[in-house]
Amino acid sequence: MALSRLASSSSRSADLLKPLCSAISLRRPISTDTTPITVETSVPFTSHQCDTPSRSVQTNAKELFTFFRDMALMRRMEIAADSLYKAKLIRGFCHLYDGQEAVAVGMEAAITKKDCIITAYRDHCTFVSRGGTLLEVFAELMGRQAGCSRGKGGSMHFYKKDSNFYGGHGIVGAQVPLGCGLAFAQKYSKDEAVTFALYGDGAANQGQLFEALNISALWDLPAILVCENNHYGMGTAEWRAAKSPAYYKRGDYAPGLKVDGMDAFAVKQACTFAKEHALKNGPIILEMDTYRYHGHSMSDPGSTYRTRDEITGVRQERDPVERIRKLILSHDLATEKELKDIEKEIRKEVDDAIAQAKENPLPESSELFTNVYAKGLGVESFGADRKEVRAILP
Amino acid sequence: MAAIFQGVGAAAALSSSLSNSFDSKKFVSSPCRPFSVRKGASFAVVRSDGRVNLNPKGRRAQQLISNAVATKSDSAAASSSSKPGHELLLFEALQEGLEEEMERDIRVCVMGEDVGHYGGSYKVTKGLAKKFGDLRVLDTPIAENSFTGMGIGAAMTGLRPVVEGMNMGFLLLAFNQISNNCGMLHYTSGGQFTIPIVIRGPGGVGRQLGAEHSQRLESYFQSIPGIQMVACSTPYNAKGLMKAAIRSENPVILFEHVLLYNLKERIPDEDYICNLEEAEMVRPGEHVTILTYSRMRYHVMQAAKTLVNKGYDPEVIDIRSLKPFDLYTIGNSVKKTHRVLIVEECMRTGGIGASLIAAITENFNDYLDAPIMCLSSQDVPTPYAGTLEEVTVVQPAQIVTAVEQLCQ
Repeated sequence: MALSRLASSSSRSADLLKPLCSAISLRRPISTDTTPITVETSVPFTSHQCDTPSRSVQTNAKELFTFFRDMALMRRMEIAADSLYKAKLIRGFCHLYDGQEAVAVGMEAAITKKDCIITAYRDHCTFVSRGGTLLEVFAELMGRQAGCSRGKGGSMHFYKKDSNFYGGHGIVGAQVPLGCGLAFAQKYSKDEAVTFALYGDGAANQGQLFEALNISALWDLPAILVCENNHYGMGTAEWRAAKSPAYYKRGDYAPGLKVDGMDAFAVKQACTFAKEHALKNGPIILEMDTYRYHGHSMSDPGSTYRTRDEITGVRQERDPVERIRKLILSHDLATEKELKDIEKEIRKEVDDAIAQAKENPLPESSELFTNVYAKGLGVESFGADRKEVRAILP
Repeated sequence: MAAIFQGVGAAAALSSSLSNSFDSKKFVSSPCRPFSVRKGASFAVVRSDGRVNLNPKGRRAQQLISNAVATKSDSAAASSSSKPGHELLLFEALQEGLEEEMERDIRVCVMGEDVGHYGGSYKVTKGLAKKFGDLRVLDTPIAENSFTGMGIGAAMTGLRPVVEGMNMGFLLLAFNQISNNCGMLHYTSGGQFTIPIVIRGPGGVGRQLGAEHSQRLESYFQSIPGIQMVACSTPYNAKGLMKAAIRSENPVILFEHVLLYNLKERIPDEDYICNLEEAEMVRPGEHVTILTYSRMRYHVMQAAKTLVNKGYDPEVIDIRSLKPFDLYTIGNSVKKTHRVLIVEECMRTGGIGASLIAAITENFNDYLDAPIMCLSSQDVPTPYAGTLEEVTVVQPAQIVTAVEQLCQ
């Protein structure tokens, strides 16, 4: 196929290509076409102490459709979670990721399941991109048995060990030393894999981050620290929280790259670059310039510290799902209707998962005492004589 | 693994107290007597004029004294059944345990400040860096929060790190990592991750180290769900507990004491571990149960000498397992003696003793003849001046007085 530059969505090139395309390609809803397409990232990368990767990213129709589908699924899932929270089926804290989907999807496209990802509490979509099912997500959010953590973790504690997704952490910044520990284990076991430790712009001011970065740089660990900069640490804008909001530069001796986090291809390119770098040279920082449409969590309206115009502006100009939609349309890989059908399908999938999760039972009372220790200590209470069991705690 | 070693541990605990040769601080344990003390039996009363009222029990007390004098030969006879073993200091025992486990399992690594090239500030990791290399014995910068977190992250993948806090007090900086990630991850992930980490370090009141370097963290950590805490007190149990902690799938915090590192003891040559959840019977007795751990064990044994001279027969148990408590051993002892004295180095408020009182009262209230007494350190920051520091901590004389009070 001819190379196409994506500057803005235009039908000019589409018109030119139309007769060619209709003759050559069969337009199917989910294309498995792997002929390479080159797209350009929206903005060039800026770097600190390293080279920038190229703006041209190789992709293909199959990947475009995967991106679209995955991001639309995540978007739909988060919006459904919003309604469930308002219906009081999800309680406690619920931090939604809509707007930031490109980071999860782009990152996953650049790596394998051998690489580890660890993130903070805004983890629903990262869990899904690592292979989690919708049922596991909704069941965990509603505290049911089929949840990924058996209903005992909640929104902030999603984990998937078999695909090296290490969660899911509630305390801001504490996951970064854990992530560097994962990178240490990878180096120790000679895995040739890397760890992506994600944190937000609010967490970027935590001391333990710099401590962990220092140790990782000293020991040459394959750790990639990814700052998902959505510009607000709960209600505090980044310029009010950080003297230097150039988070990619704050690694000082560690190289950094600033990436447009709303562009899945930029994210993919940056992560590929970072993985290569980390395996050879040690830690690197990626700053993903992204945005969240919802407030910090469901208890935060999200409009007291930023204007509605700002939110709608970003939604119109930089929305990650829209970007892929325009790409697909401009490359004539599908019609509007076909994409809408995909979205309808996704909506149904999400609704089915929610219905299934609602049917799922709550955990048994005995579940309270399981998994406290690895060997089930303390579930039974003995009297003075170990042969006499006083109570088996429920 | 805990269940398998239950029986072994019990036997080992008893035999250890019989087979090891003691230094002058410790008492030989007398062979177990078959009869049990009934409720309401009279005790040897020490009168105010110092004369001991001799009753059958008093005669027994005298027998005990003569046994005490004949320590060496008795224990030698008892220990002839086990291997001769080798003599070493407590820090060397810890090092031996650590080294053996590192040889046995390649996933074991050590992280801490000055553990590598320097050899450890208390020489526990001496020689290990040379033997195992820089990737297995890691010198960290002074960043407790992050290197404890890194140890936990590594443990999530299956490595078995041993994190050393140069002084337990410094681990307060890593409290978040220890509480939220170390203790709770197994639970919040629905059982997906185990954290087989060992966090160890010296704590307790030393020789005029000042308030911040004399902290007892066992009281701060005891509420954290999901962790196990053990305190070692002799070279034998130090090595055994170190090995058991490393082999355990649960996160274990091993509390050592700054003043106990140079204790000398003869330990077996063969491979052995101590059960993590078991208490150690130091000296069986009839009149009162004294529960203690770590350094206070030696103050108690010193007091026990005086007490025996005065005609008492205290049963001394080193609880070793601070979380969970070995209520089986403790319960059997309470059933026998009906009086409990707890001697600990923690602060009075919220210490291990406080929890132990609650646990014993809840479970064994019917067996108690008197309220449980607890001797703990004063609720003050440890002062620098030597005389004041002495008063902060429980001294043997206070233990003697307490037992006399309890046994009235």
